[in-house]
Formats: sequence, C-alpha cells, structure tokens
Amino acid sequence: MLSIKNLYVAIDGKPILDGLSLDVPAGEVHAVMGPNGAGKSTLSYALAGRPGYETAAGSVTLDGEDLLALEANERAARGVFLSFQYPTEIPGVPALTFIRTAMNAQRRARGEAEISAPEFLRLARAKAATLKIDFDMLKRALNVGFSGGEKKRMEILQMAMISPRFAILDETDSGLDIDALRIVADGVNAMRSADRAMLVITHYQRLLDHIRPDRVHVLAAGRIVASGGPELAHALEREGYDKYAKAAA
Amino acid sequence: MAAVTQTIEHVAELERYKHGFVSDIAQDFAPKGLSEATVRFISAKKGEPAWMLDWRLEAYRRWLALEEPAWARVHFPRIDYQDSYYYAAPSEKAGPKSLDEVDPELLAVYAKLGIPLKEQAVLAGVEGAPKYAVDAVFDSVSVVTTFKAELAKAGVIFCSMSEAIRDHGDLVRQYLGSVVPVSDNYFACLNSAVFSDGSFVYIPPGVRCPMELSTYFRINAAQSGQFERTLIIADQGSYVSYLEGCTAPMRDENQLHAAVVELVVLEDAEIKYSTVQNWYPGDAEGRGGIYNFVTKRADCRGDRAKVSWTQVETGSAITWKYPSCILRGAGSSGEFYSIAITNNRQQADTGTKMIHLGPNTRSRIISKGISAGHSSNTYRGLVSAHPKARGARNFTQCDSLLIGKQCAAHTTPYIEARNASAKFEHEATTTRLSDDQLFYAMQRGLSQEEAVQLLVNGFVKDVLQKLPMEFAVEAQKLVAISLEGSVG
Repeated sequence: MLSIKNLYVAIDGKPILDGLSLDVPAGEVHAVMGPNGAGKSTLSYALAGRPGYETAAGSVTLDGEDLLALEANERAARGVFLSFQYPTEIPGVPALTFIRTAMNAQRRARGEAEISAPEFLRLARAKAATLKIDFDMLKRALNVGFSGGEKKRMEILQMAMISPRFAILDETDSGLDIDALRIVADGVNAMRSADRAMLVITHYQRLLDHIRPDRVHVLAAGRIVASGGPELAHALEREGYDKYAKAAA
Repeated sequence: MAAVTQTIEHVAELERYKHGFVSDIAQDFAPKGLSEATVRFISAKKGEPAWMLDWRLEAYRRWLALEEPAWARVHFPRIDYQDSYYYAAPSEKAGPKSLDEVDPELLAVYAKLGIPLKEQAVLAGVEGAPKYAVDAVFDSVSVVTTFKAELAKAGVIFCSMSEAIRDHGDLVRQYLGSVVPVSDNYFACLNSAVFSDGSFVYIPPGVRCPMELSTYFRINAAQSGQFERTLIIADQGSYVSYLEGCTAPMRDENQLHAAVVELVVLEDAEIKYSTVQNWYPGDAEGRGGIYNFVTKRADCRGDRAKVSWTQVETGSAITWKYPSCILRGAGSSGEFYSIAITNNRQQADTGTKMIHLGPNTRSRIISKGISAGHSSNTYRGLVSAHPKARGARNFTQCDSLLIGKQCAAHTTPYIEARNASAKFEHEATTTRLSDDQLFYAMQRGLSQEEAVQLLVNGFVKDVLQKLPMEFAVEAQKLVAISLEGSVG
C-alpha cells in the first residue's frame, strides 16, 4: 500500500525529515509516535502534498504510484486522506456542501459518476448518527464555532464519507475528552479493512488503547529510529522519548 | 448546496469574459465631443419638449463650472470629454413599437447575451419559472420593453425614459432630479445634460408589481459613452423588485459610463433594487475597460418606506459608485448589500451613504470586498444621523478578503451622529484567503480553482442570498469567472 523510502523534506530550506523510510501494508494500522519537533506533522503534510513542503530526496508511493509528483487534490482523488490536527474553519460553507463538493470533485477526477443528492444525504445521516453528530450541525459552516472535539469528529465523519484507501490521522486524540475519544476511535476502527491502510500519528499512548495498531514506529530527529509491536507504545509511555531523541541526535 | 456545486460545474464552460463581442449594427452618432450643440442634438433626436431641453442645458452650464472629483482612491489618466461620442443609436426611423419591428441583428445580440426579449419565450419556459419584464438599452437608446401590456393591467408603467418623457411628462417632471439634483456631483451633472435613455417605472398606490422588472444595458459602439437615467417611483403601499445587468465589448480604449438612478419611495412602499455589473474590466495588464462613475440614490419620502440595494460588482476598470438612502420618513429603512470584486488592475471605490433624517429610521450595510491580482478595492461609506433622527439605528459590517499579495483593500467608513439617541454599530474584518484553507480544501479533493471558488462563495454568501434567485446563480458564476487565475 504506502511505501516511503529515504524521504528528505525541508521547509524554508530547513531540513525536517532526514531519510525517513516506512511501509504500511494494506489492511494494517501503523502508529508513528515521537517527541515534539520530531517531524510528525511534517510527515503528514508531506504525504498529503502541502505546498511548501519541499522533497529534497526519496520517494513516496501508493500501490506503486508516485505520490510526490501529484498535487494535493490529485493525491486525494487516489485515496489519500488527512485528518488534520487543527481542522480549518470554512466560513459560509455548510459542512454538507463542503463534503459533497469534495466527494464529487474526487469522483470526477476518477471518472466516476457524481453522488446523487438523496444518496449523499442518506449516507451523511447514517455516518453522523454513528459518530453521534447532530445532523443539524452539518448545515452549519464547517468548523466555524465548533469545539475542538466537534472538529475532530467532523474530520472522522469526512473520512467515513469519503472512504479513502489510505488515511493519516494527525494527533486525532488532542482536544478530545474520554467519551469523545471512544466515539472517534470506534469510528476509526469501523473503517479498518483489508484494502485500506492507516497511519496514526500521536504523541501519547492513550489513543492506541482504543485504536490498536499493528505496528508502532518511533520518529525522532526526522527518522524512524525504532519499530515494534503495540508493546512499544507502552514502553514509550513509561520511559519517555529521551533515549530515542539522544540516540538520533 | 446546489448553487455552489452549480458554480463549479458551470465555470468550465465559461470563458473569461464571454460578453466581449462587438455587434455590427448600423448606428447613428451625434457629432463627436460635448457642447451645447451636442445637448440640443440629443434632445432634438428624441423629440423632447422644451422643458426637458432647458433642464439639460441648465445641467450642461452647471457642469462646465464643476471640477472632476479627485477624492476617490482610483487613478486614471485625465478623461478628454471632447474625445467621445455622447449619442449612439441603432438606426431606426422611430423607436420600434413592437418586437416585430426590431432589427433582427439586435435581437440576435440579446439572444447571445441570454436576455429574453420575446415574451412568449419566457412564457414557454420551464414550468413555474418566474416571469420578468425586460427593458433593453443598447448604447444610447432603449430598443424594446417586454410585458408592457400585462404590466399596464396592474397600472404599472414600465418603459424607456424617452417614452416616459413623451407619454408621462408630468410624472417625469415632478420627480426627475428630485433625488439626485442636477448639479449633485460632476458625473451626475454630466449625465443630466446628455443622458440618452434608461428606464422609467411607476408603481401605483397599493400595487405589488406582478413580476420582476429588469433593465439590460449594453454598450456596443466604440469611443462612445453611455449615460442612462433610471427613475423609479413606488407610490404609497406599493412594492417592486428591479434588476439591472450590464455588459460591454472588449476594447483597448477606456469607455465612460456615467449613469444616474433615482428611487422615490413613498409611504409604506418598498423598492428592492439589484445590480449585477459586469462591464468589461480591461485585460490583465489594465488596458481598456469601462470607467463606471455612477450616482444611485433612494429617497424614502414616506413613513415606513423601505429600500434595499443589492449589488454584485465584478466588471469595469474603475468603479465609483455609492448607492445611498435618504431616510426621511419616520420609521423608514435602508439596506445595502454589496459584493465588489476586483482582479488584475481593476480599481473599485464603492460603498453607500445612509442619511438618517427621520425618527426611528433604520439601516443595514453588509459589504464584502474581494481583491485579487494587482487590484485595489475600497469600501467608502457614510452613516449619519441628523438631530431629528431620534432612535436611528445602523448596523454596518465590512469584510474584505485578499487573494494574493499584490492587491489592496481599504475601508473608509464615516460616521456622524448628531443626536445622542442614535445607535450605530460598525464591524470590519480583513482576511487573506489562507493557505491553510486552500490546502484543507485541496486535501479533500478540490482543485485550487475550485477551492478558491468554494471559499469565496462562502465569504459572499450573506449577500448572494439577497439577490432574486435566478440572478443569484448568475452572480455566483460571475464571482467564479472574475477570480479565474487569481491564485498560484
């Protein structure tokens, strides 16, 4: 599914990712953990194609296709989804309008028929209900005046509706109370499937109690410095990132 | 939801400025330049009564003594008023009486613009589609007005200004210049001297106009100015919704458009006036385009009179325009909803004046300015409460959106409260279309162009909602086209 090889990324000429390699096979959920400043958000932006994240070297492929040559929207159409750490407010554009416009843009790009209004509304109602989002909230401007938790739930709702092949969840647990965390985690778990892969980026282990990863990677100083099973997350929680940060430096 | 999707769907099939064609139509011109003889020529051409000619000549004499205003934040080379034609009209023996007599070439122009001039064409349209009557003004003259008979049944007068001067002289004489006096300002004064046509509307007491009225202005001739004059009178307890649209060919030279619109609103009457202004804006380097110097004003003479201006300004090289409300009657109210978009080298200095004279008068201003490219966009507004305007209320919101780093947005609000009971609120924001928003939308699958359109449509939504429905869609498309190529 996703394969990152020896990736170097710089922002304003400053190197952030420093030869990062990582493979996430279809059907698996991998976690990337690391201290602040390790390059976690840079990794998610670089994968999603944010302008200004210059790739100096390395490759990123999704099922063999080079992602780095594509614009952000072209990557989205091929199935890359990023659940943002800080979702942006979109004034004046109702959430429903935004999601439908996005879905249809992706479908057009893939040469598929657009989703009909009734089908879209049925889907939105069903997904909103499982994520315990009041349907009326979807008529409001996306993320404007939403609480931190509401914004995160809205990200997962978009993921559920767009149904991507490869999803990046960037610090999805930040700003969530324990009940919201469970709802969001249930939403993510419901999407695990054999033909989809996910990359969960997090600072804390607590999210991983709810979303059990197949593999855990430690990101420090722009590289993956350790990989292991779910037990690695617990070790990190106990011992902290210090030894990895020092080893990487 | 549908509207936004529709915008995006339609953009692909639209060209940058699709109204830029020139039509080859036989035309009569006045001699080039401006003099007393030009004024007499226009008046004679229209067979006007002596009082009208005297009115024009008085305006011309006053205009000679006025100076072109320099306070607006717009820059342009000095206009040579002698280097322009002040009258250009399709050659006809007399004004056409019915559609059958209109030059088929001319009808073809309007068909190309998508303006229905055949009444049956409108009637045969989609089931439930609202009818609207059109007055089509081509350069200096009105070529046809539709649905006159049906409107006449309701007592509504809707005709060209030339016809009104001939057939409804008393009404014209009573109200013309009563809202915008002859020497109100340089451009209004020029218009008073040389105006050639425009629309006239009278809604009798208690009548709710049975359909939307609209005027469609088209500049075609080269080196000619357009000076139209619109006068709408809503008598006691009446209501009318009126829309004007404007387009012009693409030409390298600048052309002058100096219009005057006067609205008279009597007791308990209401006028809703919408504009979709899409004059040719000039090219990306700022060559050509219309100089749009327009005076629009409404006078709420009666108690509880109500007026609402909605404007979508996307065209013109220069826009200088301040649709205003004089709130004279007790409890009268004025509204101004504006979307002004500038791209490339366009300059806009636009806003409104809310003059509170009567007690308990209310006004509301929502202005959305969008600047892109190397353009400059200024909101200029005045809200004033006079000593007798006890309990006057105003709410103003001015939002500016910047796209790119070479454009400018300015907000210049003037507020004068001359009594202690007036309550004025003013809110203003300036934001740049953020990289975060663009990336967020693109991550979800929208192309950069689609993302800009979606975000801009969100920004202007409050105002778009105020337009009559069939024009809201048109306006939304315009917004999208005006901003093509503004990012990246």
